[in-house]
Amino acid sequence: MTVASKIAADPRLDGLTVPAGGWPTAARSSALMRLQTMGLPVKRDEYWRYTDPSALVCEAPLPCDPLQTSTPIFGTVDKTRLVFVDGVFDADQSDAPELAGVEITRLFEVNDLDLHWAQGLYGKLEEAGQSPVARPLAALNTAQATEGMLVRVTGKPEKPLHISYRQSSKTSEAILHHVIKVEAGAELTLLETGTPGARSNVVLEVDIADGGTLHHVRPQGRAHGRHVATHLFARVATEATLKSFTLSLNGQLTRNEIVTEIVGDDAAVHVGGACVGDGDAFHHDDTVFITHDAVNCESRQVFKKVLRNGATGVFQGKILVKAGAQKTDGYQISQALLLDGDSQFLAKPELEIYADDVACSHGSTSGAIDEDAMFYLRSRGVPEKEAQNLLVIAFLGEALDEIENEDLAADLQSRLEAWFSRHST
Amino acid sequence: MLEIKNLHVQLEDEDKQILKGVDLTVGAGQVHAIMGPNGSGKSTLSYVLSGKSGYEVTDGTAMLGDVDLLDLDPEERAAAGLFLAFQYPVEIPGVGNMTFLRTAVNSQRKARGEDEMSAGDFLKFIREKAKSLKIDADMLKRPVNVGFSGGEKKRNEILQMAMLEPKMCILDETDSGLDVDAMKLVAEGVNALRSEGRSFLVITHYQRLLDHIKPDVVHIMADGRIIKSGGPELALEVENNGYADLLAEVA
Repeated sequence: MTVASKIAADPRLDGLTVPAGGWPTAARSSALMRLQTMGLPVKRDEYWRYTDPSALVCEAPLPCDPLQTSTPIFGTVDKTRLVFVDGVFDADQSDAPELAGVEITRLFEVNDLDLHWAQGLYGKLEEAGQSPVARPLAALNTAQATEGMLVRVTGKPEKPLHISYRQSSKTSEAILHHVIKVEAGAELTLLETGTPGARSNVVLEVDIADGGTLHHVRPQGRAHGRHVATHLFARVATEATLKSFTLSLNGQLTRNEIVTEIVGDDAAVHVGGACVGDGDAFHHDDTVFITHDAVNCESRQVFKKVLRNGATGVFQGKILVKAGAQKTDGYQISQALLLDGDSQFLAKPELEIYADDVACSHGSTSGAIDEDAMFYLRSRGVPEKEAQNLLVIAFLGEALDEIENEDLAADLQSRLEAWFSRHST
Repeated sequence: MLEIKNLHVQLEDEDKQILKGVDLTVGAGQVHAIMGPNGSGKSTLSYVLSGKSGYEVTDGTAMLGDVDLLDLDPEERAAAGLFLAFQYPVEIPGVGNMTFLRTAVNSQRKARGEDEMSAGDFLKFIREKAKSLKIDADMLKRPVNVGFSGGEKKRNEILQMAMLEPKMCILDETDSGLDVDAMKLVAEGVNALRSEGRSFLVITHYQRLLDHIKPDVVHIMADGRIIKSGGPELALEVENNGYADLLAEVA
């Protein structure tokens, strides 16, 4: 009855059809059915308690001025770059999609290409991630996306794969769905950068086989007016490693969901993020759900936010340790530095544990800048604004430390420093 | 060098007078020591001079040369040549000691209209200073004071003093928490910095530090005032007899 009433109550889905095109059509249809059962998110949903989804689901995207960037991100890092402009692949601006040890196929062109590995994944990890909490925007994405990359990693490519988003239209809507399969023992660094569109819905399904590794580093651009929903669904097998880091500067609404299931023993998942929000139009939400379903695995969540002038930050993070997932080492920390009394941080850390031999900890703090440290720096001659910037960068630096590649971390750090020196009030 | 006149200070948050008319003049190149019982206002004096918030100056002046300290922000006082070695050096996670020192040195130079020190010159300079204080490369790389032992923290204070080359150094209980060897090392660091153009105000509870850093003048502070000044023998008197006699003498 609830299901039926919800369908009836969500006219926003009326007339929604799925794009046709090869084998993904079936996965899209199935996702649409899921979506119709769930309905689109509304503010009164418990999972959207701290973040109003209306701008993500209203009929047309709210306009967002594209940002002209001067210095290309990770400019000094050699990489294979795939460019999407307003959510559409742009071959002319991209490198040839060739990288030793990696097979790359554009979702738009997949038709009936026989990609067994992808057919078994597309929409499947998203579907698995719908329980125990519904994630309708991800189902919407699976049902609607025609763009994205299907990436199979069979070796250890010598350089990162770079998915680069650019926004050129003020009202573009970008729906992108990528699938990354890291085969046994393979390893990839995936860079995902920029703002896809005025409104973006991006899903990343990641399957890491035994002993495989994925490093994912995602600076989300600086466009002020952007509305973004992302989902990272990952399945992590025995002795596999997933490390994902997201940097968010500006943006009106960002909801980054990470849903990871650890299914093999001795695996590790590290997810982290740093976010800087300025102004009451800023709202940033990290929602993380990590399921331990194997023995002797480690997970880390490290999320830091700096908020000022009325900005809002949200963290919902959960560690679920299933029965039998012994020797789990789960760690979660979410911290906000509030630079004034107008900003707010809403945190909901959760642990749910059904195994008896585990070590799980979580912490969440929000506070002002350390006045003793400020005085110490100033007493050495460092001017107030500079001292504050030093302390803010240091605070975020503890999250940046989660990035293993030092060149990538240094690039993001210099971007943060530049942001703060430009925005010193 | 430093001239304090009739300095009255109370806490901002509560109506509590801490300094009740301090008069103190430290000449160029001199070392003055301040001793006194707990709660006499010694640390407050050092904080007020360096510009910590939470204190309200209700009367009096404090001049460093011809600069009125009380009008300035802490960073401006530092650039004018004032340095406070903290009793409890602050730990700053995430800020590398080296980055901190380079930022401090160059901020002060910038404030004085001087050129910034090049990275190469800075490295050479800091290595030389660090070596004499037995501060290894690892301590320079680590975040400021994080995980430092008590002795390392105090040596790090002296290193900063050496790097910043202030005119007026205030040492607030630099000997607290130090073993004999560490105290000697710190004292040697201070003595190496003694020069005609640099003055010191050494706040301490114990005469022992003054065996190593020989003061020209010793002041006794009690209840927010300097109640007695004299030569080094005054420190010995305190060491032997405590403050009771001196306090009785004044009362």
